[in-house]
Amino acid sequence: MGLLNSTNKTMGRKAKPAHVVMEKKMEATKEIKPVTNKIKIGHVHMSGCTGCLVSLADNSMGLIKILDDYADLVYCLTLADVRNIPEMDVALVEGSVCIQDKGSVEDIKETRKKSKIVVALGSCASYGNITRFSRGGQHNQPQHESFLPIGDIIDVDVYIPGCPPSPELIRNVAVMAYLLLEGDEDQKVLAGKYLKPLMDLAKRGTTGCFCDLMNDVINQGLCMGCGTCAASCPVRAITLEFGKPQGERDLCVKCGSCYGACPRSFFNLDVIPEFESISEIIAGALKEGESDD
Amino acid sequence: MIEDPYFGKYISCVSARSTDREILKKAQDGGIATTLMVFALEEGMIDGTIVAGEGDRPWEPEPIVAMTREDILKGRGTKYSISPQISWLKEATRSFGLDKVGVTGVCCQIQAVRKAQLYPINMRDVPGKVAFTVGLFCMENFPYKSLQSIVEDHAAQSLGSVKRMDITKGKFWVYTERGDVATLPLKATHKYEQPGCHVCLDYVSNLADISTGSVGSPDGWSTVFIRTKKGNEIWSKAVAAGMFETKPIEEVKPGLDLLRKIAKEKIDKNQKTIEERKTFGVNKALRNPYA
Repeated sequence: MGLLNSTNKTMGRKAKPAHVVMEKKMEATKEIKPVTNKIKIGHVHMSGCTGCLVSLADNSMGLIKILDDYADLVYCLTLADVRNIPEMDVALVEGSVCIQDKGSVEDIKETRKKSKIVVALGSCASYGNITRFSRGGQHNQPQHESFLPIGDIIDVDVYIPGCPPSPELIRNVAVMAYLLLEGDEDQKVLAGKYLKPLMDLAKRGTTGCFCDLMNDVINQGLCMGCGTCAASCPVRAITLEFGKPQGERDLCVKCGSCYGACPRSFFNLDVIPEFESISEIIAGALKEGESDD
Repeated sequence: MIEDPYFGKYISCVSARSTDREILKKAQDGGIATTLMVFALEEGMIDGTIVAGEGDRPWEPEPIVAMTREDILKGRGTKYSISPQISWLKEATRSFGLDKVGVTGVCCQIQAVRKAQLYPINMRDVPGKVAFTVGLFCMENFPYKSLQSIVEDHAAQSLGSVKRMDITKGKFWVYTERGDVATLPLKATHKYEQPGCHVCLDYVSNLADISTGSVGSPDGWSTVFIRTKKGNEIWSKAVAAGMFETKPIEEVKPGLDLLRKIAKEKIDKNQKTIEERKTFGVNKALRNPYA
């Protein structure tokens, strides 16, 4: 609990009175609160539908709060006017890499070179997802037919699976990445523990499928029929027959969500039982009106 | 806040019974879960809840999203088979349009809810919309065909004629509509258990807002753990509104000692299973979900 309390202190509102005074004095200046320790986040767009970015933006006031207090969006073709990939602390990569498109391949390598943490944002970047089904032959680049998850081209640190990934998971990872890079020792420990399973997913591989549930959960004697997989499936390919998941494998888009969501794929007993305090910390950190503008 | 290696974290623990006669009529024990959900619904603290309703076959549970008292009451009584509660968790916030979702479930299902809240992988809106969870004590569960074998082959009763089932005092009890009572030793049922239950390290639904079950309290009463701030708020209001009779857990028999003994039994046994999985093959381990 000590760990969580100290996290609360930094992320919470204890320091507020100082800001309020400052705000009045500096009313006319553009950036009211001098923020020195913001991390640099970028959104790198590979072959994806921009749904992941929309999900990021769907954090609405939470996103504004993140950009106010915790992170600068230093690269994002859709939202920020920056042409070349800059140095970043965290790169959120959306989409898979078309290996016939030289620019994409260069960009993803450049992203790896310039980022401390590379996050595969969404299922295309993580597992290929729907782009796995590409056969090329479309105008105006019919030769663009092979799309690979970014993990097949570069090393990836963290996966955020989902089609689209949920705004809340993006938010949690952003807050935890901030704590990992800028927090005190205790906060780094918490963030490290939180992010570990998502880092393990990144190490596990670049293919995702309903089959993962068969291979690594049901066949391993771990399924207890809770139904989480069915809830997480974006195409409703999973039903439960006699209490066990059945996948309509032709419907499966290879997003890997069911496996990631399954409580028997990973269940970190040092993090999830702290759900109440961790949720409070994240909510507190992103509370509207907390920002000084 | 009390922290116990077998009971998890909790604010307080009592023995309780619902004061709602209609609920008690078909409740498994003290009618706690049903009464709490009905209360939370009527007070506007949830606008719907996932409960284990009735499926197509006799005694086959099926999760339903209940938005009325009448529907919640379909969840009364324990059905000893798998009801994939969480399959409706996201849909409850979508096609059902609920903003405050309640979930009743066994230990692993409440674990699933908490994972979905902290790691919402394709679980948009779920983290903020889970409003109240009631967890049930659970030793293990049975696939539907297992239940059929137990009741029809071992206890020699037709499932359709069964009025109530219970696991207590080392036996599996089957009560029929016509008044027959068949029992079989629990030992005979072990081989029919769902394998996934054998790696579960939770007996009293450690992660629920409120968890409840029969063990530790007298017949017709339930042991209740109040765990989170939200659980405490709802429990206090419900007791103040006269929804429950309560007794201090220290004053009832058999009390927390028996509960601790049974919880320890389950958790120690399953810890051992997890250990054994590490050396299951020749230099090959079975996967450990907690590693």
